[in-house]
Amino acid sequence: MNSATFIQHMLNSLTLGSLYALVAIGYTMVYGILRLINFAHSEMFMLGAYFVFWGITLANLPWPVAMVIAIVVTATLGVVVDQVAYRPLRDAPRISALISSIGVSFFLQNVAIVFFQAIPREVYRPQWLENPIIMGGVRVLPLTLFVPLLSLALMLGLIWIVYRTKAGLGMRAISKDIETSYLMGVPVNRIIALTFGIGSALAAASGIMWALRYPQLQPIMGTIPGFKAFIAAVFGGIGSIQGAVIGGLALGFIEIMTVAFFPDLAGYRDAFAFVLLIAVLMFKPTGLLGERLEDKV
Amino acid sequence: MRRGQTVILNLVAVAALGGFLWLAEGNFDGYKIQILNLIAINIILALSLNLIYGFTGLFSLGHAGFMAIGAYICSILIMTPDQKDMLFLLEPAYDWVQNAQAPFLVAVLAGGLVAAAIGALVGFPLLRLGDDYLGIATLGFAEIIRVLANNFPRLTNGALGFKGIPDYANLWWNFGWCLVTLYVIVRLLKSNTGNVLKAIRDDEAAARAMGVNVFRYKLLSFTVGAFFAGVGGALLASLLTTIDPKMFLFTLTFNILMIVVAGGLGSLSGTVMAGIGITVLLEWLRVVENPVDIFGYELPGVPGMRMVVFSLALIMIILFRREGLMGMRELHWQSLFKVFSRGRA
Amino acid sequence: MAGDVILATSDVTMRFGGLAAVTDLSLAVRRGTIAGLIGPNGAGKTTCFNMITGFYKPTMGTIVFDGQEVTGLPPHKVCKAGIARTFQNIRLFGNETVLENVMIGRHLRQKTSWIDAVLFTPGYLREDKAMRAHCLELLAAVGLADLADEQASSLAYGAQRRLEIARALATEPSFLLLDEPAAGMNPQESEDLMGFVRTIRQDFDLTILLIEHDMKVVMGICEHIWVLDYGVTIAEGAPEAIRRDPKVILAYLGEEGGLHA
Repeated sequence: MNSATFIQHMLNSLTLGSLYALVAIGYTMVYGILRLINFAHSEMFMLGAYFVFWGITLANLPWPVAMVIAIVVTATLGVVVDQVAYRPLRDAPRISALISSIGVSFFLQNVAIVFFQAIPREVYRPQWLENPIIMGGVRVLPLTLFVPLLSLALMLGLIWIVYRTKAGLGMRAISKDIETSYLMGVPVNRIIALTFGIGSALAAASGIMWALRYPQLQPIMGTIPGFKAFIAAVFGGIGSIQGAVIGGLALGFIEIMTVAFFPDLAGYRDAFAFVLLIAVLMFKPTGLLGERLEDKV
Repeated sequence: MRRGQTVILNLVAVAALGGFLWLAEGNFDGYKIQILNLIAINIILALSLNLIYGFTGLFSLGHAGFMAIGAYICSILIMTPDQKDMLFLLEPAYDWVQNAQAPFLVAVLAGGLVAAAIGALVGFPLLRLGDDYLGIATLGFAEIIRVLANNFPRLTNGALGFKGIPDYANLWWNFGWCLVTLYVIVRLLKSNTGNVLKAIRDDEAAARAMGVNVFRYKLLSFTVGAFFAGVGGALLASLLTTIDPKMFLFTLTFNILMIVVAGGLGSLSGTVMAGIGITVLLEWLRVVENPVDIFGYELPGVPGMRMVVFSLALIMIILFRREGLMGMRELHWQSLFKVFSRGRA
Repeated sequence: MAGDVILATSDVTMRFGGLAAVTDLSLAVRRGTIAGLIGPNGAGKTTCFNMITGFYKPTMGTIVFDGQEVTGLPPHKVCKAGIARTFQNIRLFGNETVLENVMIGRHLRQKTSWIDAVLFTPGYLREDKAMRAHCLELLAAVGLADLADEQASSLAYGAQRRLEIARALATEPSFLLLDEPAAGMNPQESEDLMGFVRTIRQDFDLTILLIEHDMKVVMGICEHIWVLDYGVTIAEGAPEAIRRDPKVILAYLGEEGGLHA
């Protein structure tokens, strides 16, 4: 393998990794606050991509406008899902909300099949992302730079919200202790809604960029990346935003590099993440950056 | 009610079922018989998941994986060497796969036993995990099984799967196994071991303080559940006569979870009722996906609509009747009589 | 062998992170006695119970029960060795019947397995019958025989406490740990409880160690008392000596104004 291909692989890993990371953030934020694995999160990824597609095809919107609108719509949908399907179950056993989220996931996926049809669709890609540029002898698609950079910008924005705003303070308080947060006057329900909104927005952004990178839309496109992103969140330490980012990038690297160096394993690509998951759960269940949850007697 | 009476009533019920099946076999069309068969298999699968999740509190999403194991093992054993010769086009089968053959009963048992063995093997590390982590890890296990099925063409014929599996799984086999499953699980749960499993579900720490080796009992429940999931998968393979890795997607586990939740986590009679209801519902919902002809106007079928309705139903159950049909209650002969005598009065 | 030490903890320490919940605890409970562990809230009493019963592994020190070291054994092995417990916030198996709760405590001493149940072996039927009879006797001993088929969570508070004790007795312990058995009881009920605890010690040949806040109960039935404050043992001895110990009075004054006894 020469250095040019290696750099190419590195960039691909970074692209894939940051897409996983964006989705993983949503899982980790919701889990941190509600201890809920939000299965429906992967459908936000899929719907975001579809909304852009329809924005461009039906409304002739320019690509960036379609993207912003799609993200806003998806974020709203994320909030609605929480209000309808999870909020009534806040006092129920934790597993109830989880089952509800599995139901929502199947529901949204099949609604997408009904309305968008199961056939894969081609995605419009803006020209400026397509023309390769030469950097130090390596041909690079602007897209492979655009994805990590936009992801980075979004993550920085998120970190600003979580650590520099009052809403972010609320989020951190709730993830420490939801009952006390209620008592201290934190507007818990509004903050939870905000969390779902932000998580869904990031998932939509990831889905949109995923559709550019692997230019096809399908109603089931969210399932596998969703699982993998969740695993990335567990790997990084569920509940930790930094952990989700690190976990996402790590998973991207593991996937691309394993296939690059051991092409024979390409058929097992979708199993890597699950093997990693089981290994992490076995040997370090708190992940890289997670906190230990004590079992109270 | 005395034990003797219950035994007699149970025997009467089994005889009545036998009579019904005999009539059905002679009079029902193929489609209706197919639905009856699916009911039996779905009940087997849902009972085994309820044992694991409803009675022991182990949130497992790996049922499709155990079913796949049972289905492949059983199919390999009941197909003739000639059949396999023709089937394995991509790459020839391993010799032992090529030559292995067994009668249907042995093949189904083997499917269950291998699923149970693998269940015990993966349960060993995974069952140390807590509820939703266990769910996601067992889901991962099922996915890994599927990826393996895709990548071992000499064992599974890869993505093409098997076609023309002998259709031995008739009403008698399926309902026979269904009764065996019900019997074994009822006896298990009625024994003190069943009490211990429920104790683990209710309060794991208290169970440990009462001397329960929690891990051992979890493993027992998981393994027995895996066995019957494997049996169900084996029967399903022979009923449908074709299998491939795509069949064992998460959707399959979802359908069974739906039956268990709808019937009531921790209620066997609820599972049986929901098994019948949901299998019929799922078949009936196929209508919405087929083109309908109304007075000469053709309405196109809507693909995906079936699962839309189905998943919506699950959400509704969880939101408005979380305990399902029966909660943790069971239907006894006694309670049945009470209902009837109240009806008369 | 009456009077020898049945449970000995030597210099047992439990730290959570940097926080020492219990420091250098050395208990020596004599066989056949009723002993008490008291102290203000947060003194580390329940932590002691959790260490003795294997829920926590002590950071340092050893626990010896009846000549056998049990330090760090998992709870089910500790139970098998003969130590049973109740919980401060009653932890019954709420969805099961009263009888089933007791039977769960019995499973340790059971010889036949569920496979025998499936096969209806004569051995199973005999043992099952004997076990039910034995558990009903236990329920009769705690005065719950009439409620055997009720759901455990439907019992009144006092009955739940007694059921928890019956369930612990079903494991055939020689040593019983009671975590605040009189909590939430009125004076009459506490009085009854004291008699009850003495009776079960007699009838089941037990050594009992209890945590209790109700000083009337503690002073009334305990023959030996250890006092913890912030995880440290500040006093030990007979009830009379403890009642007059200035360090104990100070520890309690800090909290609720002395020993009401």
